[in-house]
Amino acid sequence: MPSEWITRHDETLALQGEWTLANYRYIKAALNQQKRDDTLESAVSLKAISRLDTAGAILIVELIGVKKALTVAEWANELPGEQQALLIRIAEAMEAPLSVKPPSYSRVSQALANIGEHMVALWSQQRQLMAFIGLVMATLFNLILRPRRWRLTATVAHVQQSGLNAVPIVALLTFMVGAVVAFLGATVLEQFGATVYTIDLVAFSFLREFGVLLAAILLAGRTASAFTAQIGAMKSNEEIDALQAQGLDPIELLVLPRVMAMLISLPMLAFVGMLSGLAGGAVVATLSLDISLMQFITTLQKDVSVTHFLVGMSKAPVFAFVIAVIGCLEGFKVSGSAQSVGEHTTSSVVQSIFMVILIDALAALFFMEMGW
Amino acid sequence: MQTQKPTERNRQAVIKVRGLVNRFGTHVVHENLDLSLQRGEILGIVGGSGTGKSVLLRSIVGLKRPNEGTVEVLGTTLNELNEEQRSQIERRFGVLFQRGALFSSLNLQENIALPLIEHAKLPREDAEHLARVKLALVGLPPQAALQFPESLSGGMVKRAALARALALDPDILFLDEPTAGLDPIGAAAFDQLLVTLRDALGFSVFLVTHDLDTLYAACDRVAVLSQKRVLVVDTIDKVAETDDEWIQDYFHGPRGRAAQRAHTASSTIAYAQE
Repeated sequence: MPSEWITRHDETLALQGEWTLANYRYIKAALNQQKRDDTLESAVSLKAISRLDTAGAILIVELIGVKKALTVAEWANELPGEQQALLIRIAEAMEAPLSVKPPSYSRVSQALANIGEHMVALWSQQRQLMAFIGLVMATLFNLILRPRRWRLTATVAHVQQSGLNAVPIVALLTFMVGAVVAFLGATVLEQFGATVYTIDLVAFSFLREFGVLLAAILLAGRTASAFTAQIGAMKSNEEIDALQAQGLDPIELLVLPRVMAMLISLPMLAFVGMLSGLAGGAVVATLSLDISLMQFITTLQKDVSVTHFLVGMSKAPVFAFVIAVIGCLEGFKVSGSAQSVGEHTTSSVVQSIFMVILIDALAALFFMEMGW
Repeated sequence: MQTQKPTERNRQAVIKVRGLVNRFGTHVVHENLDLSLQRGEILGIVGGSGTGKSVLLRSIVGLKRPNEGTVEVLGTTLNELNEEQRSQIERRFGVLFQRGALFSSLNLQENIALPLIEHAKLPREDAEHLARVKLALVGLPPQAALQFPESLSGGMVKRAALARALALDPDILFLDEPTAGLDPIGAAAFDQLLVTLRDALGFSVFLVTHDLDTLYAACDRVAVLSQKRVLVVDTIDKVAETDDEWIQDYFHGPRGRAAQRAHTASSTIAYAQE
């Protein structure tokens, strides 16, 4: 059958035209029609080929077989030497089997394997976290008596990044939540004629829970991800290996400054959060609930004991430690690829928010039972 | 006929760099640099560290906009084109980056199939088949096709990156230190592969390298970057004769002499065999 690329004259297959990548699909279609004939047996003429690139050469080698292509010089010496060399190179490359089949499993065993893999991964993640916390603690206690080895500059830099720079967003967010809580309280308490207890509601919720919780969740999103990405990029650039090879401890150099910075920043941010949450409540109270600012402050002093503030603040260092440690650990787990940096950053944010809320719930139970 | 003997090829420049100036802040990398790449030639770019070899490559392929001067590629100035036209030109480039720059979320076969699917519009199955042949062509074992870049050695990454640069059978191949990190056997095979493919496919090669053996084995001409411009462009023997301190140190230091001896020896053997 005549075609643009391949024709048959008696016993000879003549290839012609531009055998290039641009025509790959059409040539392949033409070859598929030809396949039924015994192409391997018949003589092939390459005289009329006007252009040939690697894609075209691959098709020719497939058509005539590797053995014949290797001996192209014997039967097609009218072909320019460069194209012969190309055909031979391609044929050499195609001599060995090209594809390896990945092992395939049935769906059921695949599903079971997936479940098992996830369980093992979950278990080993928890173990790693425990081990890492232990390692950080050990290094911390080791260094605490040796102030000369404290990395003050790095720590201060991290306090600025994760603490000071986060003040505006934490203040704004808690201010708005404070206002929302005040509105909510007013709406519900009005039915009992107890609008004035809105003050207590805002004060209790922010001193005990929301101030520190909102600050911690914000830092989990903002700082844990930053820690993971920083350490992850260092890991894939082999910087961590370089530190270790020089006998330096990455925990001491990279993790402790970050953990210390978080231990300093989060309590401060929690305090800022409490204040601006109260401020948000106070603004709503004065503007729309007919409670004067004076009354707001007197009620605070009278009704709300300092215990609530201490209960709230006591959680801040715990949250800070968990967030920093998870952020750093996920960074160390990064392997070379860009995808892995993304996966571990996501995982560090999700894990640290989850841990913060879990610990907060447990702490709430504990404090309630203790009557604090 | 697309492929002619290098000597018969019409001497036509595929890249013309005129009056190129590149600055980073106050640091001037290139000042009034002129260079051209002829069709079908392998041009080696050498120069000390920090002389702006990679910056030159980046300004030619359009990754860095030059501060002044023009870069004309295949008869058009890249910076004057719109997105669509630019992409048309850029798919005729193959670039091998210094550190491979393979896509880390794709396995090797997908890395090479990507341009074939996106630009040549091949079905995935065909594209992956071509990709496997190209991987074999650069000397990678078939198992490597399903591996991800992070699990490969440096030399394998270089080969895979070459296979990706060759995926679309480019008109111009840009190679940034392709043999750095390869063992000498692999590097020699690379030089040979480059020359074979260039002869067969007739592309032009812009080759940034420190490897003296590659310069002797593969390059038609050599350009020396020094003092913010191209100091000299010529065949390697003539460049080696240039009266310049750096060039003399480079070509006539212990490594330069060894490479030259090896080259003379191999061409004598080839001559004797003929």
